[in-house]
Amino acid sequence: MSSGPAAPVPAPPRRPFFLLRGRFWVASLPWAWLLLFFLLPFVLIVNVSLSTPDLAVPPYVSPFSQPQAEGRPVFPPAFNPDLGSYRRLGDEVADLARPGAELQYLRAFGNSLLLAALTTLCCLLVGYPFAWHIARSAEGTRNTLLMLVMLPFWTSFLLRVYAWMGLLDSSESGLINQALLALGLIDAPLQLLYNSGAVLIGMVYSYLPFMVLPLYANLVKLDMRLLEAARDLGARPWTAFVSITLPLSWRGIVAGSMMVFIPAVGEFVIPDLLGGGGVLMIGRRIWDDFGPNQDWPMAAAVAVVMVLLLIVPIMVFHRHGGRGDGAGEAGP
Amino acid sequence: MSARADSAPHFPAEPDYLRIEGISKRFDDALAVDNVTLGVRRREIFALLGSSGCGKSTLLRMIAGLERPTAGRIVLDGEDLAEVPAFRRPTNMMFQSYALFPHMSVAGNVAFGLRQERPRLTREQIDARVAEMLELVQLQRYAARKPHELSGGQQQRVALARSLAKEPKLLLLDEPLAALDKKIRQHTQLELVSLIRRVGVTCILVTHDQEEAMTMASRIGVMSEGVLLQVGTPDEIYEHPSCRFTAEFIGETNLFHGRLEDGRLNGSDFPAPLAIAAEAMPAPGTEVWLSVRPERVVLGRQPPAAVNGNVSINAAQGEVDEIAYLGSHSVYHLRLGGGGRRMIASVPSAHWGEASAPARGERVWAWWLAPDGVVLTR
Repeated sequence: MSSGPAAPVPAPPRRPFFLLRGRFWVASLPWAWLLLFFLLPFVLIVNVSLSTPDLAVPPYVSPFSQPQAEGRPVFPPAFNPDLGSYRRLGDEVADLARPGAELQYLRAFGNSLLLAALTTLCCLLVGYPFAWHIARSAEGTRNTLLMLVMLPFWTSFLLRVYAWMGLLDSSESGLINQALLALGLIDAPLQLLYNSGAVLIGMVYSYLPFMVLPLYANLVKLDMRLLEAARDLGARPWTAFVSITLPLSWRGIVAGSMMVFIPAVGEFVIPDLLGGGGVLMIGRRIWDDFGPNQDWPMAAAVAVVMVLLLIVPIMVFHRHGGRGDGAGEAGP
Repeated sequence: MSARADSAPHFPAEPDYLRIEGISKRFDDALAVDNVTLGVRRREIFALLGSSGCGKSTLLRMIAGLERPTAGRIVLDGEDLAEVPAFRRPTNMMFQSYALFPHMSVAGNVAFGLRQERPRLTREQIDARVAEMLELVQLQRYAARKPHELSGGQQQRVALARSLAKEPKLLLLDEPLAALDKKIRQHTQLELVSLIRRVGVTCILVTHDQEEAMTMASRIGVMSEGVLLQVGTPDEIYEHPSCRFTAEFIGETNLFHGRLEDGRLNGSDFPAPLAIAAEAMPAPGTEVWLSVRPERVVLGRQPPAAVNGNVSINAAQGEVDEIAYLGSHSVYHLRLGGGGRRMIASVPSAHWGEASAPARGERVWAWWLAPDGVVLTR
């Protein structure tokens, strides 16, 4: 080859899109997934949330629908959003300060967020030592332990919640009560079911694997020599954990927390079954509005607000967790 | 002995600063360290040398407190370390992979140990000490960088600064240069030694590289399969190996195996009985090995002339099989007599004078003086 100035490389002829390289197709798959299964349904829900409730099938009038007076569709269609549902939510926010206000949606939001936050915290406290232990086990043991974490998924989720009802049953036939009675530890059966404790147990139980797996994936990569170095430099075990392990596993904590928190916010089956339906959850509200109340626009508006409420903290989390090797430098 | 050059720094007789007494470590069924007893003097740079898996790193980790000995005692500066946890030991270690904290800056890494001091140091004291350490390793300008933004050599210096920051009584270096390129390694060896000397810290260094051990250490302990085979200055270990392992592990050697009879070594694959000289001659009939370093072997086209005094000479004729020309000297591979016994000789390039050096296939004489061979019984 000559060493003269490089001749301009002729651009390869454009291929038709269906002949593009495999890489393009592989890269486009997640995007297609996102578009089809998240963005499209979301746009439809937004559309419903801006509709007017109606006694029809489906029970709403789309903001794009035109009066058919002239007998032929108009193009482009007019857009007449009905903000009534959002207004009702707004009114509740405005009512916040007024004592005795009903606030059924805000309360449901609050209950759900609180339960999800508590569930996340408990999952983290239980799941971290769990994941740590698996990550530090011998390689052969590790897979067994991981399988045990995932084993409950082989049974239907509903069945497992019902099993908890059997365990926690507050009558004398409840398994735990039976055991305690038989051991003579209690005289009368304990009220174990249908309270917030039962809900939390069920939630933590159901979502724990979603915390353990991302944490394990993170902790298994942690270089143990860093902890030895910290020890060698005079760090007590707790200091070493706080200044080395915790910051370096920050990404795993964030990932696990998101995996638990997000689905937990919308959860209403567990609170219904184990909590006896006494506490209203936002998921239940949406269910009721779509079902018995036949107020689809309201249900859709609540769903949209919930998605927005979740997306903002996720983006903040993501910013924070996606920096460097985890958190910033540990303070002195 | 002819070649005993006492070039190593001389230490006045004082009690050992670090005493390791009969220490052993058993992992499951394997004995990683087998009853090692060793003394290290104050301000000494001591190297533990051995191939991988010989137990040298385990020994180092037991001194640091990262492994618990199965048996034995470690006494540093009069204090028994047995019950002292790692985080309270006055030792600091530089890890082979450096183990720098990736989420902390260079300054944060160096300050980490200082922040653990009790009673607490003030922020100003810590900052001043960090600055001093970074100046020592000439990394002042990199204080705010993260470890992954540094080159391998710079990371190594951060690790060194971090392990020196607390002024440990004992500095432990685990393969300090293994992660560096060969080119900068040699330069860094001497730099590291002068830095350790300047700080005046007692240092134990673990390495599998004999050149590194000989360059850096004032004394070397050779380990194999958990056993400490020999301790000595680099020249003692090279010139007077105590066993076959040391003789073959440190540098190259010619080994002849036979039985001691009439003050001679019989039955070896050398064409003639071998004349030997040893301070303490083993009993006749003992099975022994004779180690002859290649540079002790002299080559010539004529048989050796008689030497003054009553020093015996071992000589044999051989055919030049291979020649490796290395500039200052050449390594000759000879086939002795007519047999398959091979022998290596390292000959200075100036040795041949006006005459041309022997070529491949040429028959030459090879000989050495009896005192130049070392008699080994194990």
